[in-house]
Amino acid sequence: MTERPKAARGVFALLAGPPLVWLALFFVLPLVIILGYALGENRSLTDIAITGSFRNFGRALQPVYLGVLGKSLWFAALTTIACLVIGFPVAMAIAFAPARWRLALLLLVMLPFWVNLLIRTYALMAVLRPEGYINSLIKLVWPAAWLGDFVPLDLLHNNAAVIIGLVYVQLPFMVLPLYAALDRLDRSLIEASLDLGAGQLTSFARITVPLAMPGIIAGIIITFVPTLGAYLTPDLLGGTSSQMIANVIDRQFRSANDWPFGAALSFILMALALVAMALQGLVTRRGRA
Amino acid sequence: MTRRLSRRRLLGGMAAGLSLRGCAPPPPRGANGEAMTLNFYSWDSYTGATTLADFTAATGIGVEMSLYGTNDELFARLRAGNPGFDVIVPSNEFVTRLRLSDMLLPLDHARIPNLANVAPAFRDPPFDRGRRFSMPYTWLVMGIGYRKSRVAGVPDSWKWVFDSDRYAGRIALISESDDLIRLAAKYLGASVRHVTPDMTARAIAMLIRQKPHIKLFHHDEGQDLLAAGDVDLVIEYNGDIAQVMAEDGDIGFVVPREGTLINSDCLCIPRGAPRPDNAHRFINYLLDARVGAGIARTIRYPTPNAAALALMPADYRDNPVIFPPAAVMAKSEYGDFEGLARARAVDAAITEILAA
Repeated sequence: MTERPKAARGVFALLAGPPLVWLALFFVLPLVIILGYALGENRSLTDIAITGSFRNFGRALQPVYLGVLGKSLWFAALTTIACLVIGFPVAMAIAFAPARWRLALLLLVMLPFWVNLLIRTYALMAVLRPEGYINSLIKLVWPAAWLGDFVPLDLLHNNAAVIIGLVYVQLPFMVLPLYAALDRLDRSLIEASLDLGAGQLTSFARITVPLAMPGIIAGIIITFVPTLGAYLTPDLLGGTSSQMIANVIDRQFRSANDWPFGAALSFILMALALVAMALQGLVTRRGRA
Repeated sequence: MTRRLSRRRLLGGMAAGLSLRGCAPPPPRGANGEAMTLNFYSWDSYTGATTLADFTAATGIGVEMSLYGTNDELFARLRAGNPGFDVIVPSNEFVTRLRLSDMLLPLDHARIPNLANVAPAFRDPPFDRGRRFSMPYTWLVMGIGYRKSRVAGVPDSWKWVFDSDRYAGRIALISESDDLIRLAAKYLGASVRHVTPDMTARAIAMLIRQKPHIKLFHHDEGQDLLAAGDVDLVIEYNGDIAQVMAEDGDIGFVVPREGTLINSDCLCIPRGAPRPDNAHRFINYLLDARVGAGIARTIRYPTPNAAALALMPADYRDNPVIFPPAAVMAKSEYGDFEGLARARAVDAAITEILAA
């Protein structure tokens, strides 16, 4: 191996320095502070003593909080599956669309990002509410003469509304990596599979899906991890049983004024995200081996 | 408590906030040696239309306004040290919290002669004996807002929201855990103050039993839910419901006969205020009879200012939404900040109810 010239090392330090300082100041340091809080306890309304006790983590393992965590995992899993099922055909359609349309279609997928999440969620509420757009539309065409008066559908403030909201928010994050994987895919392999007698379904299952696997896994991770920590959507669209773990964490930092416990819950949430990423690493590595 | 923060007004407020940020030359100093300016940190739309401009015209002191939407936000902002606010408007329990955290300056009553305008009932409240740290600005009560055409008669008991399936699926309760448990305890016959663990457990059991009939727990936007037709009964503050009642004649408000929780928003000077004398002058100005009447005319919350009340028209003074009947007020109480262990217990309670 040749030794790197000194100049190159200088350039490396110059380029890597600012991001490293940034990471240390705004990522590592806050993380350490949060861990400190998690291992501490409230002494007064404003003082937190770092005692090194694991009591907050112990409290986080009580059944009620594990239940909330379980529900969050369940919501995130449902959302991810729904995004995959809806997103795959969309990504395929874009990837196989004529080249001159592709850019416009991708732009349409990304269009919602131009509007703030909070505003989009309020808009969704206006669509779903009892006197909202969906119900008004049905009422307009409802044959009241045969079926009696129209009773508005209960679309808002329940768990289904939360899942709809989460899928709506996360769908682009699923479509984009899927598209990237499908776009790179060597079409001649699918043609060869069809030529050799495999049907469309077999070709899809044995050629397209395996080749798109890196995109599928990336899509699952960037859908699942943020959904696990979703806070706004369950808060605004949910009903009485839609509490997710981020809502509990939010209360600790506000009304309950219990930062140590909130910090411990945050740490557990982060650990779950890391586990998901580690699993991704394992699966991808095994795929390559 | 986002009660004074309608979304429309929030956007307007943000725009105003941005325009106020413009760089101005340092203001001149007044006779008291303080710069002729004042940082007022308060709820949105919570003064009269011309109150601040009138103060500036009368004293030469310019008022810079900043807004918060909840007491928690105010507390969080001051927790790391006062960033330069001179006057704040916390609710009664946060007066206690701020005082316990040594974040308030004692008030000099000699500089607030208009304290004489305050009704005797508000001069010695349990959360601030002798008004050493706070001056009363408004008070408010929780009750039930309802859609008249969808409710049989007047729902004048907490029973209809806490312990009955008559309005199943059309009820919204507050998500504020402390207030929710207190009102449930009130319905069960206890005081809102010093709710015992046993009573808390009974309240949790009742609310879990009631949960299938509840549509949602709202974050103090009950008036919007009611106006939009999402629900037909909500627990909300009187002032909030009074606002939507002005636009929709089908909406009513009642304080249940069991009594309720009283809140009071107070004027305080946070420790580290850069201009404490201007702050005293401002507080004294807001407690003036004519100024107080101007404020009440705009915001339509009950005023604790007797001299201001005397100047108000009958449609305000005799309005049963703004001033609930004496019989029910007699059964109503202030809440107390009861320490961190209690805050933790009520938060665990709401987590349990929502997870059940």
